[in-house]
Amino acid sequence: MSRNTEVFVIGGGPAGLSAAHVAAKLGAKTLLVDDSARVGGQLIKQTHRFFGSSNRDAGIRGVTIAEKLQQDIEEVSDRLTVLENTAAVGFYHNKEAGILSQKAYERVTYQAAIVCTGATENSLAFDNNDLPGIYGAGGVQTLMNVHGIRPGQKILMVGSGNIGLIVSYQLIQAGVEVVGVVEGMPTIGGYLVHASKIRRLGVPIYTSHTILKALGSDGVTGAMLSRVDEKFQPVPNTELEIKCDCICLAVGLTPLIDLFQQAQCRMVHVGELGGLVPLHDSAMRTTNPDIFVAGDASGIEEATTAILAGRIAGARAYETIHGKSPQAEAIVAEAREELRTLRSGSTGERIRWGRERVLKEVGEC
Amino acid sequence: MTSLRIDKHPVLNFPERKIVNFNFEGKQYQGFAGEPVAAALHAAGIRTLRHSPQKNRARGFFCAIGRCSSCIMEVDGQINTMTCITPLAEGMQIRMQKGHGTIKA
Amino acid sequence: MLKNDGIISPEELSPVVPPADRLARGPVAIIECLQDIPCDPCVSACPVKAIKMKEGITDRPLLEFDTCTGCGLCIPKCPGLAIFVVNMKHTPGMATVSMSYEQLPVPEKGQEVTALDRSGKDVGKVKVVRVVNPPGYDHTAVITIEVPADQVNNIRAIRV
Ligand SMILES: Cc1cc2nc3c(=O)[nH]c(=O)nc-3n(C[C@H](O)[C@H](O)[C@H](O)COP(=O)(O)OP(=O)(O)OC[C@H]3O[C@@H](n4cnc5c(N)ncnc54)[C@H](O)[C@@H]3O)c2cc1C
Ligand code: SF4
Ligand code: SF4
Ligand code: FES
Repeated sequence: MSRNTEVFVIGGGPAGLSAAHVAAKLGAKTLLVDDSARVGGQLIKQTHRFFGSSNRDAGIRGVTIAEKLQQDIEEVSDRLTVLENTAAVGFYHNKEAGILSQKAYERVTYQAAIVCTGATENSLAFDNNDLPGIYGAGGVQTLMNVHGIRPGQKILMVGSGNIGLIVSYQLIQAGVEVVGVVEGMPTIGGYLVHASKIRRLGVPIYTSHTILKALGSDGVTGAMLSRVDEKFQPVPNTELEIKCDCICLAVGLTPLIDLFQQAQCRMVHVGELGGLVPLHDSAMRTTNPDIFVAGDASGIEEATTAILAGRIAGARAYETIHGKSPQAEAIVAEAREELRTLRSGSTGERIRWGRERVLKEVGEC
Repeated sequence: MTSLRIDKHPVLNFPERKIVNFNFEGKQYQGFAGEPVAAALHAAGIRTLRHSPQKNRARGFFCAIGRCSSCIMEVDGQINTMTCITPLAEGMQIRMQKGHGTIKA
Repeated sequence: MLKNDGIISPEELSPVVPPADRLARGPVAIIECLQDIPCDPCVSACPVKAIKMKEGITDRPLLEFDTCTGCGLCIPKCPGLAIFVVNMKHTPGMATVSMSYEQLPVPEKGQEVTALDRSGKDVGKVKVVRVVNPPGYDHTAVITIEVPADQVNNIRAIRV
């Protein structure tokens, strides 16, 4: 079978839902596929209130933001088709792609594609890191917040970025004891309000520490930590044994980029954005002129920025098919201004820097 | 059903689902229809889902979204099934596979 | 230090604590959000516009102590659970602290709960004097506890 669409959106997280909504609302025939059972991406696992801009739903819970975005797309359901449990598996020449569901493999022909596949989780090397009971933060969230099952009774969190801190808080809400958060850097990586929130519930935060090994033979029974020096080398005789029945790894995300490589988009390595990302201009267009990108796939950031970049990509993808439109221009102008203010200030510095590098390299090619 | 199941959550509501029976390595267990097989096993206290091909090390699930293959098992005779994204159904027969598993004739 | 262990030190806290004369006049917010982060729900939550961000969304919230009425409406809107309202005018020797609470069980008015300091240390039993948990707060209850006046800037959480 084959399907024909104008705009083809891959991934139904905040970026993809926003892109599809804007493209369809402006008038493009749009198809969105997501390989999970329910659209919403990371949002459906987030029980906490989102930080970010209150113009873009901050202050309400991730799960509620997902519901709002879903209502938005229902409003344009006459022009937008959504396929869940369906993965985009490849790009071919001539604006064709392949999608795979449990039932069938199909071809999609499109005029513009927007890739919003989000990110994958990083792992960490330490002894016994393959023991049952060691989970990625996303796995823990899926088990606990989607399926209602605790990962264990006592958990050790590795990584003090926002994900480590927020998932620790969600674990406490689910009734799991968080025995500590381990961080190799001398300072906490995530927002300090999230750190204080778990600290005052009694969770110790071990900065300048690393996990040497997981203890146990056919499942985690504890972990051995040690202090590290400025060069991240373990300091002898500072070992600390912690009892726990599971370990959660929250050591960063990397953009999910297989599809861009297939579509022959030029890639660039930008550490600030989480690794290899497709080069793209301020319209979120990659070096393959039919392919746009938005959200964490273009560099690890946040839901608010994913929504705004998704809106820009949706509007510009519409324009490449239907020509210039004042409504599309207005959406882009508004989103750009909001992005600018969100990325200002000292915490936005890292991202701003990474984004500028992507734009600069695009200008040069 | 077990202590790992969250029956009350401060924010979320988990909908009522149908209880089904399944079989793991010859023993009967219960889980909810439609939840991933790996989740049902986890809730039943089973964390070791397979043993690795080379070193025979115990493995459990890791990503829970069908990306890492850490959770592959034999489900109703089908080897290499990613159990973290396979919905549980009444009467399922689930077994650990050693290494790459063996395809039955 | 906050950035090493998540615990705000008295020196780090002092700029956001209202002056003594303002504290003496009754309920007022203490916003323990000390880092430039892209976040602003507190600003729009305040009905009297007492919370300002000079440089836009990435700035720290700045509370105009004299404008704040201590109404507490900003408390449940803050994703960092970083806003507290203190009332030094409660009863002689006693003050109250109001805070967000998102766990189970939700305590009832009159119940005794364990007070925790910023490191999670048990600092004694306190009485819950108010529980506000309407549907509009979407499962973030605002709990007010009665504490000894000298503990008002030390107690920051409860265990039920
Ligand atoms: C614990 C945690 C807490 C967070 N807290 C906040 C917060 O408070 N505020 C904030 O602003 N941000 C927060 N974030 C970040 C935010 O959730 C992400 O930045 C945002 O979800 C990125 O959106 P996205 O649409 O790019 O990707 P995602 O949300 O990851 O969505 C990508 C979607 O694409 C699908 N997909 C991937 N590959 C394919 C394929 N080949 N075919 C079909 N579908 C595919 C995936 O299944 C997924 O549904 C948090 C993240 C985490 C993990
Ligand atoms: S307590 Fe009330 S008046 Fe004071 S800052 Fe908060 S919302 Fe505004
Ligand atoms: S809402 Fe809370 S975390 Fe966000 S800026 Fe305001 S005080 Fe800080
Ligand atoms: S746990 Fe990663 S694929 Fe199942």
